[in-house]
Amino acid sequence: MDTPTSALPPRFEAWFAGRGWRARPHQLELVSRAQAGLSTLLIAPTGAGKTLAGFMPSLIELAPLVDEGGLKRPHKLHTLYISPLKALTTDVARNLETPVREMQLGVRLETRTGDTPPHKRQRQRAYPPDMLLTTPEQLCLLIASEHARVFFEDLQAVVIDEIHAIAPTKRGDLLALALARLRRWAPSHRRVGLSATVADEDALARWLIGTEREEQDVIVRAPPGAKPVIDVLDSDARIPWAGHLARHLMPDVYAAIKCAKLALVFVNTRAQAELTFQELWSLNDDLLPIALHHGSLDVQQRRKVEAAMARGDLRAVVCTSTLDLGIDWGDVDLVIQIGAPKGCARLVQRIGRANHRLDEPSQALLAPSNRFEVLECRAAQEAVLEGALDGADARVGGLDCLAQHIMGCACGEPFDAGELYEEVTSTFPYAELSRAQFDRVIDLVATGGYALRSYDRYKRIVQDLNTGRWRARNAAVAQAHRMNVGAIIESEMLDVRLAVRAGVRARPGVAKGDAPLPLVAGQRLGQIEQYFIEGLTPGDTFLFAGQILKLLGVRETDALVVRASDDNPSIPSYAGGKFPLSTFLADRVRQLIHDPKRHKKLPQQVRDWIKVQKRRSVVPAPHEMLVETFPRGAKHYLVCYPFEGRLAHQTLGMLLSRRLERTGKKPLGFLASEYAVAVWALEPMGDVDLAGLFDEDMLGDDLESWLAESTLMKSMFGKCAMIAGMIQRNAPAAARKTSRQVTFSSDLIFDVLKQYEPDHVLMQAAFADAGEGYLDLKRLGALLRRIKGNIVHRDLDHVSPFAAPVMLEVGRVPIQGAAEEAILEDAASLIAEAMS
Amino acid sequence: MKCSIPRTPISLSSHPDESGALTLMPLLSQKPKRAPRPRGVTARALPPLAIVGANVEARLGGVTVTALPQGALWVGEAKALIVSDLHLEKGSSYALRGQMLPPYDTHATLMRLASLIDAHAPEIVVSLGDSFHDGQGPARLDARDRDLLQSLIARCDWVWVEGNHDGRSPEALGGAVRDVLHLGALVLRHEPTERATAGEIAGHLHPCARVSGRGRSVRRRCFAFDGERLVMPAFGAFTGGLNVRDKAFAPLFPDGVTALVLGKERVLPAPYERLLGGG
Repeated sequence: MDTPTSALPPRFEAWFAGRGWRARPHQLELVSRAQAGLSTLLIAPTGAGKTLAGFMPSLIELAPLVDEGGLKRPHKLHTLYISPLKALTTDVARNLETPVREMQLGVRLETRTGDTPPHKRQRQRAYPPDMLLTTPEQLCLLIASEHARVFFEDLQAVVIDEIHAIAPTKRGDLLALALARLRRWAPSHRRVGLSATVADEDALARWLIGTEREEQDVIVRAPPGAKPVIDVLDSDARIPWAGHLARHLMPDVYAAIKCAKLALVFVNTRAQAELTFQELWSLNDDLLPIALHHGSLDVQQRRKVEAAMARGDLRAVVCTSTLDLGIDWGDVDLVIQIGAPKGCARLVQRIGRANHRLDEPSQALLAPSNRFEVLECRAAQEAVLEGALDGADARVGGLDCLAQHIMGCACGEPFDAGELYEEVTSTFPYAELSRAQFDRVIDLVATGGYALRSYDRYKRIVQDLNTGRWRARNAAVAQAHRMNVGAIIESEMLDVRLAVRAGVRARPGVAKGDAPLPLVAGQRLGQIEQYFIEGLTPGDTFLFAGQILKLLGVRETDALVVRASDDNPSIPSYAGGKFPLSTFLADRVRQLIHDPKRHKKLPQQVRDWIKVQKRRSVVPAPHEMLVETFPRGAKHYLVCYPFEGRLAHQTLGMLLSRRLERTGKKPLGFLASEYAVAVWALEPMGDVDLAGLFDEDMLGDDLESWLAESTLMKSMFGKCAMIAGMIQRNAPAAARKTSRQVTFSSDLIFDVLKQYEPDHVLMQAAFADAGEGYLDLKRLGALLRRIKGNIVHRDLDHVSPFAAPVMLEVGRVPIQGAAEEAILEDAASLIAEAMS
Repeated sequence: MKCSIPRTPISLSSHPDESGALTLMPLLSQKPKRAPRPRGVTARALPPLAIVGANVEARLGGVTVTALPQGALWVGEAKALIVSDLHLEKGSSYALRGQMLPPYDTHATLMRLASLIDAHAPEIVVSLGDSFHDGQGPARLDARDRDLLQSLIARCDWVWVEGNHDGRSPEALGGAVRDVLHLGALVLRHEPTERATAGEIAGHLHPCARVSGRGRSVRRRCFAFDGERLVMPAFGAFTGGLNVRDKAFAPLFPDGVTALVLGKERVLPAPYERLLGGG
């Protein structure tokens, strides 16, 4: 669209000129679109002035109102800004204050997050600011308050930052539903979505405006920045077959850090962050200031690192996805990715952290940690340079989130079920929701939705006899809901604390007691996932906060540790990457492997590796899947190479094991890596009917019977039950006093519900979640369809070059079910020994 | 009150100090004197127990008791089945306060108890307290579950050992109510006492054990046992657990505790050293 510069009022024009800037075309376009009342999805790379583009139209609209009304003007909420990160909210508010002050706009601008004190929230509700900067959870809370309609009815604009990161999540489901509610109260408001480059822009645009509006051309694209310069580290060192540490590349990484002003070293997991940090320190002869930043570290510690970055005191920060989004912490000029990037969009986002200036190319360095990762890094490098991106499939809205929203609505003003159904189906995630399913969720909210016995007497929401509208039964029920809003279920965390001897040190002349003083919890080093600690035995050592710690034991919610003198932690580390290889990138890796012309750029070692594979076995075509069977030791192996990511592979491995069990092959276990699945058994598997083994019907009964015992399914259910409000995470103070043994665990509830009502709506929700994320059923299904008739089998004498890395891969999973009992048997056998 | 005089030498007997209502019946064995335990002894012997099939047999106060994998205790010489902390109607108790837990917990718990009674044909069934999650629990029973419970009560001598829980007394459903029950040399009470006589069997704490190994850990309900006393696992379908390494257990088991862990099909003893604290 062609926009005359005069779209800007003189005051704004002067402000830009005063700074030697010019408003960018996309910023001006957003101004003129706002004047026409149009919603916009702005796609812009980092550094394109996205945030200002989102706010400027509102500032322009507000300026004359403020001038006229002054301080006595009525308090009306004009613009609502929503960001996924609390810290980003604060940061944006600070950045906006500068133009607001310099142009003397007098706009009331406030933030509202979980940290906002109650009295301020109260005041905000009574006297709304012109602009409120907040998070999706706070919006849900506002909607669940009684005077929500009055609060929002003057709303003119909603700005959603990092919309690409929110939309495909459960938080996105809740936000989409909340936006639909705002549309009812303020029908004419416009929406602005601020997004990084995404694969499917249209889907995101539809998510932003909902399905009821027929707006065309919602998308505005800022010019893309300079193409990044991406190198894949190639060193003379031997490239490991397996592993995720890239230890062999650390000298090169360190050399790169030395040449940069400030480097961000991204890794995929917290454990990798710890190990990389340790490796770099051991090489750090120049004593460069290198810091560590990940989500488990103490908040104070993280703030310190961030402040040091902003001051320019650091040369490198080893970090996880905690620094993926949002805030500018300093003048980063190099991004290093350790290990494979797993997806192009993630890689682009991370690379964008370097050089927040559009005209200069970002510098990035990829450090593959093993041979398959060399291929993945190459494929990712090519894709990013072509501008190709992987997209997440659009999400179908979760029924647990819908339940939470319905309860929230009932806590606000009473709703009519028919009206709310229309509103809900006007959102993109719930567009396909049937009325019957919606009514089931209403029943879930009201009585728990049980078929065989009902809680009619204890309804959480009740229907008004005259109007038929639903409302929360009483204030207590509404209060309980407000304490449990949101879709972020944190995994249980333990505080990691240094153990110290209780009491004071013995003084001379005072007789020492016989027994050493008891150990008590001392300094807090940070937080760690409970499940990680539960896998350790007291005495095990592990890396945390940049040091090697020995676990002494767990006391209440503290993991007590001491600093260990070992050089190597006994519990290695890699708990598996958080993000599985994207489908898009997997496709490109398969093509790269098969295309000899593109092998020239690969390191010699990797080319040799592929060559030997071709000679000994076969290098499959992109549409084929290779299956190899071979004996090794006293066992027989079956290895297949779907390249569909660890999660889908784990599911596949589990299901293959079950089927092989039935055909009498006596499987003992399996491994799943990002690229392959290996199953080992007592019987040779060369004669297995592979078409039958990999038939799509494995997603039927086999899957169901496995899921019934799966701990994964239980944890999915627990999260759904919390989001839906069946289980409350936070109870009012009075109820919290009950001692721990009186509480219940969601596992027990799952067991009972599975037995008595296996098709309960929350069981459906849990199954949908497992299929979406942790089991990657959608992807597994697509794989099984893709390889039908395209399986290439080689029965070999021994392990092939491709199979070797898989065999070395960590993360072996014993056959489910038997494993838990085996742990108990181990312990019991000690007793048997002691007593024999 | 429907509680007949038992037919076995071991019998229901109530301590005269505590209720005085029943006269002392002849006992199979003398109540053993509490042996003074030397303090500060670090080497800890394993308590007397034996793995017998799916069960674990233990000697407690001179009596052999059998821990069953379902979480109940069988006292063979008295033909008594002991279960603890049924917490019936816990689901509806939470529903009252807005958490709509599945309303099937009572039925699930009673069905498990029924199959144990079928299998062992006990003459005495003891519910060792916290039988209902709250005082209004009996009133909230639906007809099917009430019938089921009463048919179980009718099949044997049924004793509710309820301790001091106000208003929780489920005696209207049948069975006898006791504060404390002496079963031969065994003393059954809901809440464990800190200075216990040897042979005390109690509930209340819902012991759970976390056993680690092979890079992960498993959390299961368990009997907590040290040769002198035994704390029962909770039997109710929705009852959570308290780690036996929690400080609440420390005064009861000053020399540490052996967990008789409920596996899927068997009871598996785990020594103190293998138990992890925390949740």
